Amino acid sequence: MASRVDALYIFLLIVTGMMALLVFVLVIFFAARFRHRPGVLAEQIEGSKPLEITWSTIPFLVFMVIFAWGAVVYFKERTPPSDATEVYVVAKQWMWKLEHAEGQREINELHVPVGRDVKLIMTSQDVIHSFYIPAFRIKQDVLPGRYTVEWFRATKPGTYHLFCAEYCGTQHSGMVGSIVVLEPAQYEAWMSGGSTGPLSATGEKVFAELGCSTCHRTDAQGRGPNLQGIFGKPVQLEDGRTVTADENYVRECILDPGAKRVKGFQPIMPTFQGLVSEEQVNALVAYIKSLSAVKPGASAESNKATARTAAPPVPPTRDHAQSGLQSKIEPDAKLNGSQVQ
Amino acid sequence: MSMPIATTQPVERETYLNAKYGVWSWLLTTDHKRIALLYLISITFFFFIGGFFALLIRLELLTPAGDLVQADTYNKLFTMHGMVMIFFFLIPSIPAVLGNFLVPLMIGAKDLAFPRINLLSWYLYIIAGLMMLHCMLTGGVDTGWTFYAPLSTNFTNTKIVEAGLAIFISGFSSILTGLNFVVTIHRMRAPGLTWSRLPLFIWAHYATSIIQLLGTPVVAVTIVLVAAERALHLGIFDPKLGGDPVLFQHLFWFYSHPAVYIMILPSMGVISEVIACFSRKRIFGYHFVAFSSIAIAVFGFLVWAHHMFVAGISVYAALVFSFLSYAVAVPSAIKVFNWTATLYKGSIHYDAPMLYAFGFLGLFSVGGLTGLFLAALGINVHVTDTYFVVAHFHYIMVGGALMGYLGGLHFWWPKISGRLYPEGWARLAALVVFIGFNLTFFPQFLLGYMGMPRRYYDYSHMPEFQILNVLSTAGATVLGVGYLLPMVYFLWSMRYGKPAPDNPWNAAGLEWKTASPPPTFNFDEEPVVTWEAYNYEELDAPPRTQEVPVGR
Repeated sequence: MASRVDALYIFLLIVTGMMALLVFVLVIFFAARFRHRPGVLAEQIEGSKPLEITWSTIPFLVFMVIFAWGAVVYFKERTPPSDATEVYVVAKQWMWKLEHAEGQREINELHVPVGRDVKLIMTSQDVIHSFYIPAFRIKQDVLPGRYTVEWFRATKPGTYHLFCAEYCGTQHSGMVGSIVVLEPAQYEAWMSGGSTGPLSATGEKVFAELGCSTCHRTDAQGRGPNLQGIFGKPVQLEDGRTVTADENYVRECILDPGAKRVKGFQPIMPTFQGLVSEEQVNALVAYIKSLSAVKPGASAESNKATARTAAPPVPPTRDHAQSGLQSKIEPDAKLNGSQVQ
Repeated sequence: MSMPIATTQPVERETYLNAKYGVWSWLLTTDHKRIALLYLISITFFFFIGGFFALLIRLELLTPAGDLVQADTYNKLFTMHGMVMIFFFLIPSIPAVLGNFLVPLMIGAKDLAFPRINLLSWYLYIIAGLMMLHCMLTGGVDTGWTFYAPLSTNFTNTKIVEAGLAIFISGFSSILTGLNFVVTIHRMRAPGLTWSRLPLFIWAHYATSIIQLLGTPVVAVTIVLVAAERALHLGIFDPKLGGDPVLFQHLFWFYSHPAVYIMILPSMGVISEVIACFSRKRIFGYHFVAFSSIAIAVFGFLVWAHHMFVAGISVYAALVFSFLSYAVAVPSAIKVFNWTATLYKGSIHYDAPMLYAFGFLGLFSVGGLTGLFLAALGINVHVTDTYFVVAHFHYIMVGGALMGYLGGLHFWWPKISGRLYPEGWARLAALVVFIGFNLTFFPQFLLGYMGMPRRYYDYSHMPEFQILNVLSTAGATVLGVGYLLPMVYFLWSMRYGKPAPDNPWNAAGLEWKTASPPPTFNFDEEPVVTWEAYNYEELDAPPRTQEVPVGR
């Protein structure tokens, strides 16, 4: 990613450098060449439409090249590969808490293997923060009340700065850490310790402790929807809309169950706002996700769903254009999208 | 060379300055020129307060460790620096001082359309300013001038509501000024002064006033919502209550992006006047420069979310706002090209106002071109919220808006004060400001691309940033000297400066056709305009009746 951004940056340096040079050289040349001389009068020139059109159109066309290039890089930055390793991030004043899908927990430090795509699923416990790794040229605000994602693939082992880039209060400048990129072997060694079991297993425990399973049964008899295999699939809502069951949807269902109720179910689920920590929500999301993971029998369908949802969101297809709902946009785009309806 | 005032009159001529004496004759005046001076004094006061905060910020950043002030103090310093400079200096700067003084003069009117409302707007500004001072002295605010929710609504325990109220009130001051200008420009132009004969300064102020009228109410509403959320826990921005923190950013930037144009457009107006006068030429492409101001005002309302590319908006929204941001760059480019073309075959004088105009051209170009970096989505993700952004907007607001303000102040000082300022010192100051500015802010572009985030009080984890920060701080001290110089010699000139002739620059424009300083009602008889704007050809046509005194 860094090289893509840098390539565009260098292109911009050259283009804007040339524009600046043109203006500066002309200004300095005119100022010297046409300096006041006694007896020499200025020559009045009204203007020139062809010139005006030229110097409006050419910059505009150049701008469009920059715009398009910038957009392509941005879409890459915003589209995590579907098979990326997932890490859950919880930001709080003034600390980063990270939890690997495998269960390892870290604070202000993230260990990742070189050459593997890493997707960060991030939320904040309090104010807005921003997860910024300058070396990878990526940054994404971390918001309370929803997930945002960003991803990267480290290409060189080493230790890189992690900064909070959105001002978040007193110790904003202390909310820094590091990304430790390890060789695969070192990474395996690191991963072998410190885990309390995969995040989804923790989630399963929380699911049972909170009594979710009394209603969300694995047969069709439950008072709540059966959660097997729903992740990443479209869900019919009571009010007629359809949403995709992505991380943000699952999260919203736990914290504000009435907002997007599944068709055919009564509004009987209580909110868990304030009853579960951000870490527990993450674990629940990971657990529900694991219920849709590739399993014998269900594999074909769920693979299809994954493939569809992870398609790079190049120009808006008719699907998006027709849907007035943000939620119908691919989950990856939607994760960054506002949830206001 | 010296042209003592009132050579033809035996007694001292009555001007707006000596028409009445006493404090009340100033505090209760409805004369737009006196109100302009009231504003000049008040915004200068706030400028030096804001500048003092800036200096403390730079001193703190001299070393990586946070050692000069505490973290909370530092956070308050940059917050108050931003609030004071934006709401109490830059937004009122050119409109309320130079605009107030010149709009009626330039269109041949006796005063603004609503003189009492004009005075009211100054009082609102002062009430707001006193509240802001009180707020600063009793604790201040630490959220950044951007007030992002939920930090501002649910977390900080500093004086958000009081600061918000101060900005709310100062917003009304700004709205009233805009309203006054719009009505005045529409209704009170002298006979013969058609729209296409208006000075570009007037066009720029017209465009600015439209933004003030349409944009400012939105920030007022936003502030009310923040206060309501803090006081009543309404859940507008708080996600725990079903609110949306990103909504705050939309509302905030819907005003605060156009506000950038409130700051820069008047400055562009000044530059048009100055370049025309000191090139002795009509502005190249007058109509394009005029309409580009209107285009900037209109497009300026459609690009707010380019501050939010990493804030959690959808990728498609980002696409639209990136495109529109490039669209708004075109009218600015048109202006720069036209100013440059105006120099061609001119007869260029290097007086201090023109030096500021040259400075403006260079710095505004750098500011504008780095805006292209920020509008490029892929690059924005990396450099937003870093020092790159800080450098970019200082090039626009200080390199652009403030250079224009200083250039304008020098250009019209003889008209305002009736005295000539010392030209040598003024040129020196312009040079010092230019050098100091670049030394302060250019290193910040590099810091930003290296990844130094904004609003960091302590960067001891990344000592590699120190050298550039030291350069920046060194530049800030030079810049500080550059700003103190005009303050000193302007004050000096009020007493010791040579009396100014009515038209020391032999400039076009109605404001130069009345006395310096003008009488209370501006013109002894209503002027009738029979000439086009910037008729330098006629003014310079031989035989010259008057030598151009340049007062050095």
